[in-house]
Amino acid sequence: MSTRATFSVLPGFGLSLGYTLVYLSVIVLIPLSAVFIRTAELSFAEFWAVVTAPRVVASYRLSFGASLGAAAINAVFGLMLAWALVRYSFPGKRIVDALVDLPFALPTAVAGISLTALYAPNGWLGQYIQGVFGIKVAFGPLGVLVALVFIGLPFVVRTVQPILEDMETELEEAAASLGARRWQTFRHVVLPILLPALLTGFALAFARAVGEYGSVIFIAGNIPFVSEITPLMIITQLEQYDYTGATAIAVVMLVVSFALLLVINGLQAWAGKRTGRNR
Amino acid sequence: MAGAATALLRGARDLGPHARVRGTRFERNIATREATWVKWAILGAALTFFTVFIFLPLVAVFVEALRKGLEVYWKALVEPDALAAVKLTLIAAAISVPLNLVFGVAAAWTIAKFEFRGKQLLTTLIDLPFSISPVIVGLIYVLVFGANGWFGAWLIEHDIKIIFAVPGIVLATIFVTFPFVARELIPLMQAQGKEEEEAAVVLGARGWQTFWYVTLPNIKWGLLYGVILCNARAMGEFGAVSVVSGHIRGLTNTLPLHVEILYNEYNFAAAFAAASLLALLALVTLVVKTFVESRVHG
Repeated sequence: MSTRATFSVLPGFGLSLGYTLVYLSVIVLIPLSAVFIRTAELSFAEFWAVVTAPRVVASYRLSFGASLGAAAINAVFGLMLAWALVRYSFPGKRIVDALVDLPFALPTAVAGISLTALYAPNGWLGQYIQGVFGIKVAFGPLGVLVALVFIGLPFVVRTVQPILEDMETELEEAAASLGARRWQTFRHVVLPILLPALLTGFALAFARAVGEYGSVIFIAGNIPFVSEITPLMIITQLEQYDYTGATAIAVVMLVVSFALLLVINGLQAWAGKRTGRNR
Repeated sequence: MAGAATALLRGARDLGPHARVRGTRFERNIATREATWVKWAILGAALTFFTVFIFLPLVAVFVEALRKGLEVYWKALVEPDALAAVKLTLIAAAISVPLNLVFGVAAAWTIAKFEFRGKQLLTTLIDLPFSISPVIVGLIYVLVFGANGWFGAWLIEHDIKIIFAVPGIVLATIFVTFPFVARELIPLMQAQGKEEEEAAVVLGARGWQTFWYVTLPNIKWGLLYGVILCNARAMGEFGAVSVVSGHIRGLTNTLPLHVEILYNEYNFAAAFAAASLLALLALVTLVVKTFVESRVHG
């Protein structure tokens, strides 16, 4: 990284860049490198044995499956919620708008125990779901899905909402005056404009869901091979003082996270180009 | 044709105060309006979803907390372990938020006001902690400072405890709240450009004067918002802190960890009582956020 700026009259470049780099390295980069250095102590065969152990593979299936499912549910209902917030007027709209960010602000442990109170077999909603449909939500894979839907919702709403707000009515007016039905207008005019933002929201919700821990462990029941998420497998290894095992699984998760980060950056660039916005 | 129709629709929007057309600009415009049943279906589905997944969980915290009455609620909040957890949570936030505030301002100043190679990479690296699982954040500090870690032997020799002690909790909190202030300030300061600062410098202002009298008034609301979000996360972090804490009651329990312990002991009323404090913090955060946004956009 070059430290030579093009000439600028503003002071403080060296100081602020130096401080930024030192702080970033000490807090984030150097500790993070420990994960990779520690894993390098394992031979590839040992590493592979840890990260493909049946119980761990079952946790990948649940973590990625439930995260994809939750992100998909959020994409559909998040779009509807953003649509309702921008296009319709209804009583309590400002409160709903403010509370959409609740999953960002509410500590995950609080969300976890509260969702469990709602969806447990004897809980507020759980008793009816169990009674009517015979489906157990909390203490199983479905509970994981519920928790991940909760924490992912604001990502979709808050990426789609500004695009909807900025959208001019002219395009839809043109489509309507040319004889398009409302659904055709939505499908062929509105949706293509929203798509990059919707996909970005989907990817952000997915990325957050894969690493989520606090809200999930209370409601999941944590049954081996059934409802254990991958972050919990790291905790399990740590509790058995198997640091290298924990680290190997962490490396798999980090690689996935970094790949997702690249995808999200690409999507955001695409969304920015499509709509002329930076964020 | 389209132009005439548009003009007509525009006209319908500007009938003046006596027309009292209601709804958003989309509802008043025949071209951007859905059939009533479609509108009610979307509104119904969206609000049901919102109620089940956002609103009810919030209400449940307070109802469950007060289920056994105010006295039990109050007792759960003033018992020594709960107070110790509140104190540790406040300490962790009081250290991590100012550190990340200073870092956020420095990083935003670098990225928004100067051109240099590797800027895009630096911006991505600052966002990195957002995409790392909290459990892994805890793990990396165990690998560095734990008994078997890089500095483990040296720390034991000098009788310094970081993991399973307060310093580890503070470090993990700093890591997870690392990007909040920077991420709010960078786009804001980029959008504002650097002409005002350059003018101040050309007119003879010193570096700190420029920052204090020119930059800071422009970014104060974004700064406040970033600090509020950073603080909410700092006080509420669970996964990362859980790994490095050791869960020693009265010593290394933050409020979220205190909630977990009470919950796992089936002491639900007390767990929700402690959780209600954190939920109140979340509500305050959302109120300040709404206020700041109305300042910035309105």
